Amino acid sequence: MKILVMVKQVPDTATRIRVAEGNASIVTDGIKWVINPYDEFAIEEALRIKERLGGEVVVVSAGPQRVEEAIRQTLAMGADRGVHIKTDEALDSHVVAQALAAVARAENFDLILTGKQAVDDDAAQVGPLVAVFLDVPQVTVVLKLEVDAEHQRLVAERELEGSIEVVELPYPAVITAQRGLNEPRYPTLPNIMKAKKKEVRVESLQALGIVPNVKVRTVSLSEPPERPAAKILTGDPVAAAHQLVELLHAEAKVI
Amino acid sequence: MQFDLTPEELMIKDAVRDFADGVVAPGAGHRDETGEVPLDIMQQMGALGFFGIPFSEEWGGTGANTVSYALAVEEIGRVDASLGLGFAAHVSLGCSPVYYFGTPTQKREFLERAIRGEYLAAFGLTEPEAGSDAGGTQTRARRLGDTYHLNGTKIFITNAGHAGYIVATARTSDQSRKISAFIVPRETPGVGVRCDYKKMGMRSSETCEIHFDDVVIPEDHLLGAEDKGFHQFLDILDGGRISIGALSVGVAQAALDASVQYAQQRRQFGKTLSAFQAIQFKLADMAMEVELARTMVLKAAWLKDQHRPYAKEAAMAKLFASETAMRAASEAVQIYGGAGYMHDFPVERYMRDAKLLVIGEGTSEIQRLVIARALLEEHPV
Repeated sequence: MKILVMVKQVPDTATRIRVAEGNASIVTDGIKWVINPYDEFAIEEALRIKERLGGEVVVVSAGPQRVEEAIRQTLAMGADRGVHIKTDEALDSHVVAQALAAVARAENFDLILTGKQAVDDDAAQVGPLVAVFLDVPQVTVVLKLEVDAEHQRLVAERELEGSIEVVELPYPAVITAQRGLNEPRYPTLPNIMKAKKKEVRVESLQALGIVPNVKVRTVSLSEPPERPAAKILTGDPVAAAHQLVELLHAEAKVI
Repeated sequence: MQFDLTPEELMIKDAVRDFADGVVAPGAGHRDETGEVPLDIMQQMGALGFFGIPFSEEWGGTGANTVSYALAVEEIGRVDASLGLGFAAHVSLGCSPVYYFGTPTQKREFLERAIRGEYLAAFGLTEPEAGSDAGGTQTRARRLGDTYHLNGTKIFITNAGHAGYIVATARTSDQSRKISAFIVPRETPGVGVRCDYKKMGMRSSETCEIHFDDVVIPEDHLLGAEDKGFHQFLDILDGGRISIGALSVGVAQAALDASVQYAQQRRQFGKTLSAFQAIQFKLADMAMEVELARTMVLKAAWLKDQHRPYAKEAAMAKLFASETAMRAASEAVQIYGGAGYMHDFPVERYMRDAKLLVIGEGTSEIQRLVIARALLEEHPV
């Protein structure tokens, strides 16, 4: 199996996000960048399929110089090589998906995996768009994936509200991963050392024939409203309990 | 001058940190209460290549360096000092002697398995009559034909209960104080190990007493040259000091993190503790000392990686970092006040653990001797 995993580098979920001057971007100084957690499930799944069936795992990511770090992390987990679409431009999902699809098209991949969405913008568009551009079937929000290499077919379980949907499809295909698909491994330290010897090919939008014709622009970003200060009830416990019930009912409207 | 870590050093630090937070931290407080040694976690650490960080790939090592090793020990020590101690003792004291002084056969037979985490490795130096005074070693190795017969007692030996082998020092002559080192497989008849010390801290690190009762080992288990053991273990202790310094930085960082967090939550006189200058000054001193300790530990590690003399710097790093850990942990308990004295918060554990750091692998007093000796040798009159 030749597998392409598409990853995005996002701010660590523990990072405090601040809106930058101009209200259209975030302050990136001092941010700790990580691989989108859903993409980690995709990498892990690709590695497990490779361990079972053999083949190659290639990782692709688009973004500025710092993105190479995320690609190196996947190589440390066991991916074989990387492709870095290097760009400093602010792109929308459409252009990113065009660029990723161009990389995918250049080599014949059996399977394309990515996370169900990125935790920074939650757009959840890139996986489906790549499938459309490549004209291959797609299954999103996948919890379990089985590969039937003999018949070139996949069986995937999807999470629905209150139930599990099982679908079957031929591959090549695009699969987007949901939490629960697997438990991503810790990179072994020898693999971290070996990762620096693995190939990371640098591509540009221009070389891929992509015109960054951005259709969706961020107009403004604003921080969520601050939570009101907590109310602390003191005094007689019985009276306080009565007061609490009243507040939960009348003010918080939870009971 | 270059203060940035390399990409590989950063990735190793992050990988170990993720493992520390995800796997080690959750049970650390519980293990402190039960004294249980987390052998399963140590096996995972072996499988992930933690034990091979400073060793070459030729012997199953990770092929990284001392700086990476120090970063890894710090990250483990930050969440569980007991495990950090077991880690540091395994690598610096158990594996290093075989790596630096062992024959290829000894490395294949003993080192590779220790690096993989199939078993732990221990270093037997301290005795009832010898510790800081290593020359007072009483354990005796008598040569008989092509074997050595060992008799004696070692005390306070980390990891010995789960060790595959113990690197033990012994005198090879009744007259001279010359010492040799031997690889003693744990299962050799006559090797008795008891791990039932009741410790103040480092409670889930394994600490044992070892008795050698006419233990017969083949002559090829001699480690390095006969009678050269003294110089060998001085080298090993120099390297070990970097790891105890790193472990100390981890404990000090944990104490600082806990203090910064608590000081912003706990309210007195209508303000958070962090609004009081008395507390701010404590936090500032702790943060400054942690930063200085880490910088010194990494400098000593870097010197070792450059194959330059590092004994004095390693002693300075160990001394300053361990005393920093003790001060930081004590101040953390002070900032927590009454709550800090309780088991419910981890800061009292940090304080109990930190006390070992100013004692183990050379007390603060011995570090000062090492530094002063180096200083006076550098400036003869």
